[in-house]
Amino acid sequence: MSTATMTAPADKKSHSLALKAGLLLVGIHVFVGLLTLVWLPYDPTAMAGGRLEGPSLLHWLGTDRLGRDLFTQMMIGSRIALIVGIGAVTIGAIIGVTLGLLAAFASKWLDDALAATLDILIAFPTLLIAMLVVAASDTANLWSAIIALGIALSAIVARLTRILAKRVLVMDYITAARTSGSSWPKIVAIHILPNIWPTLSVNFALQFGLAVIAEASLSYLGLGAPPPNASWGRILQEAQGTVYTAPLGAIAPGIALVSLAIGVNLLADGLRDTIDPTRRAR
Amino acid sequence: MSLVRVDHVSFGYTANRRILDDVSLDIAQGDTIGLVGESGSGKTTLLRLLLGLTRPDSGTITFDGQPLDPRNGAFMRDFRRQAQVVFQDPYSSLDPRQTVQSIIAEPLRSLKIPGDHTRMVGDALEAVGLDRDVGTRFPHQFSGGQRQRIAIARAIVPGPRLLLADEAVSALDLTTRIRIVDLLAGLSKTMSLLFVSHDIGVVAALCRRIVILEKGRIVEAGDTAAVLANPQHSYTQRLLASVPRLTLNKVPS
Repeated sequence: MSTATMTAPADKKSHSLALKAGLLLVGIHVFVGLLTLVWLPYDPTAMAGGRLEGPSLLHWLGTDRLGRDLFTQMMIGSRIALIVGIGAVTIGAIIGVTLGLLAAFASKWLDDALAATLDILIAFPTLLIAMLVVAASDTANLWSAIIALGIALSAIVARLTRILAKRVLVMDYITAARTSGSSWPKIVAIHILPNIWPTLSVNFALQFGLAVIAEASLSYLGLGAPPPNASWGRILQEAQGTVYTAPLGAIAPGIALVSLAIGVNLLADGLRDTIDPTRRAR
Repeated sequence: MSLVRVDHVSFGYTANRRILDDVSLDIAQGDTIGLVGESGSGKTTLLRLLLGLTRPDSGTITFDGQPLDPRNGAFMRDFRRQAQVVFQDPYSSLDPRQTVQSIIAEPLRSLKIPGDHTRMVGDALEAVGLDRDVGTRFPHQFSGGQRQRIAIARAIVPGPRLLLADEAVSALDLTTRIRIVDLLAGLSKTMSLLFVSHDIGVVAALCRRIVILEKGRIVEAGDTAAVLANPQHSYTQRLLASVPRLTLNKVPS
């Protein structure tokens, strides 16, 4: 009791701090992303100044090698990163959780077959699978990249869901739910999903960060959103040739990527700790 | 008339190893039966068969004269209301992410039992010796003994005629165990009780009849007092001999 009262306030404080920091970081990106729909400082496709200008009051991050405003492109990059992250994680979560639950409930041989398939899929780097999917579809655009990343991520989500669901399925409260007359779909909805959700949600946050970084890599390889869509990966790719003369072109997307990935992770951690009743103080 | 009749039931997870071998058992209305056996003797498997969670390979199990059949939905719903279970591990038997109210009300919701569920849950909580107003709390806020009381409240809330207790006091400390046994003894006045245990002492205190299970077979059955006073089967004799006794002169100084 005494330890609980002593540690609880400190725990709560660090939880809410993570939540606030996460909200702030993600909030900035969401705000900027939404802002680009109605307002941009410059036309992202037009020359706004000289080529490779340094930072100035007119161009906060300078200009790229075609004289386009870098800050404008970074703002659009926020929007694209959010669309990619949310889209890929949603697709990965829907496919992955469904497959994982199926495997957890399946007969032994089907479960073994699914588990082996997932292990093989996971053995391939996410990026490689995404490249395959993008290459298989005729045109490389943002949506083909999102679908490709979602499919690649779904294998990881499915394997995690399978293990977590199996661990919950052996619990006595599942048997108690059955003897209470609850149907399997009901048991999944009210017992299994709420109990695997805390771990899954943290994983989704990780996947969000991975998806944004993977999209940057796809763009960098020319397989993501085609120009003039300025995803952070494309900005990185275009800045590569001039990294010594205008390093901001590479530094800015890097910082943006990291800040969004960390923000989403903090937010997911904070949300889990706030929602999960077993983590609340007694 | 017997409430439950187990008739020549056999069961095995694989073809060549039998968990239960030709088991027959009657549970009369209002009876208290202790099912005793070591780990691996098939006690829990028999319980799963009795709950209709697993089907026997051969033989039949009837409840109120009707065979347990998962395909007979209307009968199974009625059966679920009448036969409830309490498990061994109070930490695994309550969903950690649901409130006590929601946990105890689950049979009422799922079996579509009419009535004021909040009031019924409150009554069940009172019947097991907890406050009516603990419904808003979560399982981790309770001790092991209190959790077992919550599990018992969930089992009795639909008003069952048969309560199956699977090692329901084995995981509890001694004083808590006595209180829960008292609680079950009180409940056994209004419903049939099958008390599965490896603790022959608790069975002797609680059960009118005793059934000894060894390696999937019933080796001895009868009135508890008679069986324990004069055990016929060698396994029962060994079980009795292995009950630890408090002998003071053996305690090292």
